Amino acid sequence: MRELSYADAINEALKMAMKEDERVVLLGEDIGCYGGIFQVTKGLQQEFGEDRVVDTPISEAGFVGGCVGAALTGMRPVAELMFIDFSTACMDAIFNQMAKMHYMFGGQGSVPMVVRMNVGAGRCAAAQHSQSFHSIFMHMPGLYVAIPSTPYDAKGLMLESIRNNNPVIFVEHKKLYIEKGPVPEESYTVPFGKADIKREGKDVTIVATHAMVGRSLKAAEKLAKEGIEVEIVDPRTLVPLDKETIFESVKKTGRLLVADEDYKTCGIAAEIAALAAEEIIQYLKAPVARVCSPDTPVPFSPQLEQVYIPEVKDLVPAVQNLMQYS
Amino acid sequence: MEISKEKLIELYTTMMKCRQFEERIVDLYARGQVPGLAHLYIGQEAVAAGVCGNLNDDDYITSTHRGHGHVVAKGADLNRMMAELFGKKIGFCKGKGGSMHIADMSLGILGANGIAGGGLPIAVGAGWSAKWRGTDQVTACFFGDAASNNGTFHESLNLAALHKLPVIFICENNQFGISVCQTKHQAITDISIRSTSYGMPGVTIDGNDVVAVYETTAKAVKRARIGEGPTLIECKTYRWRGHHEGDPNLGSRYRDKKDIDAWKLKCPIERLAKDMVKNRKATKKALEAIEKDVLKQMDDAVAFAKEADFPAIEEMYEDVYVKEGV
Repeated sequence: MRELSYADAINEALKMAMKEDERVVLLGEDIGCYGGIFQVTKGLQQEFGEDRVVDTPISEAGFVGGCVGAALTGMRPVAELMFIDFSTACMDAIFNQMAKMHYMFGGQGSVPMVVRMNVGAGRCAAAQHSQSFHSIFMHMPGLYVAIPSTPYDAKGLMLESIRNNNPVIFVEHKKLYIEKGPVPEESYTVPFGKADIKREGKDVTIVATHAMVGRSLKAAEKLAKEGIEVEIVDPRTLVPLDKETIFESVKKTGRLLVADEDYKTCGIAAEIAALAAEEIIQYLKAPVARVCSPDTPVPFSPQLEQVYIPEVKDLVPAVQNLMQYS
Repeated sequence: MEISKEKLIELYTTMMKCRQFEERIVDLYARGQVPGLAHLYIGQEAVAAGVCGNLNDDDYITSTHRGHGHVVAKGADLNRMMAELFGKKIGFCKGKGGSMHIADMSLGILGANGIAGGGLPIAVGAGWSAKWRGTDQVTACFFGDAASNNGTFHESLNLAALHKLPVIFICENNQFGISVCQTKHQAITDISIRSTSYGMPGVTIDGNDVVAVYETTAKAVKRARIGEGPTLIECKTYRWRGHHEGDPNLGSRYRDKKDIDAWKLKCPIERLAKDMVKNRKATKKALEAIEKDVLKQMDDAVAFAKEADFPAIEEMYEDVYVKEGV
């Protein structure tokens, strides 16, 4: 199959959605002639014009809130916020308006819009351009949260996000943008709430998100040499969360590790650990382990940042520790 | 511009509906029959009536926490409004929104809004949407003097002017943000001067003169419909009640009762009535008949609301997401 980068896969999904539905418009900073800071929207303004691919001023509250009004009145806007760190500048639009309108208005109106943003450390961009606080959005009822880890999932989840009638937070990972993988040329969707088993194994379940999927695959290769077979479950959407697939895997392996680049406290790892404790504790042979970012802002110096990022170096000993329990 | 007799009667009736709806809330609230927060609009009716008197059913409005008047003036059903305030299932929001979130998508009422300044970006988006869809719909965006200090004011007016969006920004300067008077929250007197910095026309008018509000808005609506962009209209007015029902002694901690009495002499409804009788546009008797009819509508609305059912407990969990494929 043809291979595309993660960034190009999202670009293709946006292009397809814009071709099939004229209600789809893109708004964001530097997404037009510049093509987006990570080139995800390259060529789209040239193809669809300045009215449908809008370079906005630096006004996150204005244009994301604007997308809410547009979505309520018949459009399907896709906003780009660049870094997830910038989402705090429009949190009222996201948390109080976009997420709640359908409920507050008693089921009247819908807000079919997508807000794109990216997470991930590793570019020495320090504490305001490197965070991964995607879990914060799963805390808020009314939002769907998509977190693709491969080019295939990125294209399919983006098409599903745009066609979905609910607001979607679409969280990309900036270290994955240049990663290539097989992507079908035709239009397809990846359904929400369907986890994907990225590797099968019988000893330990790693629930991994975003770049942690690839890192877990690398760790699994190392561990396989020690005779430890790791199963990797990629939830692909945090909301809805495919508990069943996660639980089925844990029931088989009896050991659960959650690998996620968000801060450790109150992140998706904490949530999945709590769900396991509530619902399937009798299947666990070992305590639940979490490999996440530490609870500090992302440091600048490469020496510090490399230690900060949850990686193979952290995953291997964590799995080995789980194997101490039988 | 000569306003027809019929239009004057319509404006009078609308103001009377706004007034009587809220006089009824004062009473019901004091009796403990209406739960929650009620931010009343009494004294400001000329603004809602004068603005909405220019709008078609498919034009949009965004409203505020003090939104009853806007919603009534846009034509919302009084029974369902009253039922919503009682928390009943037949209310506009199925009893899940209440006073601060009344919406009616079929009349372009994109929601009252509990966040000061929250409605401005939404109005921009609705305006943008009309432009994208190629309709001549306009959006009237209501907000207060205090919200004009919020960042969303700046972002929204800039975006609307930049893209020549069909939005009419209606700043209702009732001189207070809860307890903080205008001289303590901004260094300017006329908020309309801010329009200059966005490159849009701005005007300050007497917000208790419904004819002035109607005529000024008519010009702004005309401009907006033909693609000439937004206008900022500041309507100077005054709220007679406290910030909300229950604000002790109508706000005596932060304002002089003499001011309230002085503004009551400028009642927008009595003012129009006097002018109409003087200019032989209506007889006293005819106006009294309107008042009587409106009072009857309020009796009916209260009876309707009282008799209606509360939502079933399980409905709490509905409408968080739009159901797909329905």
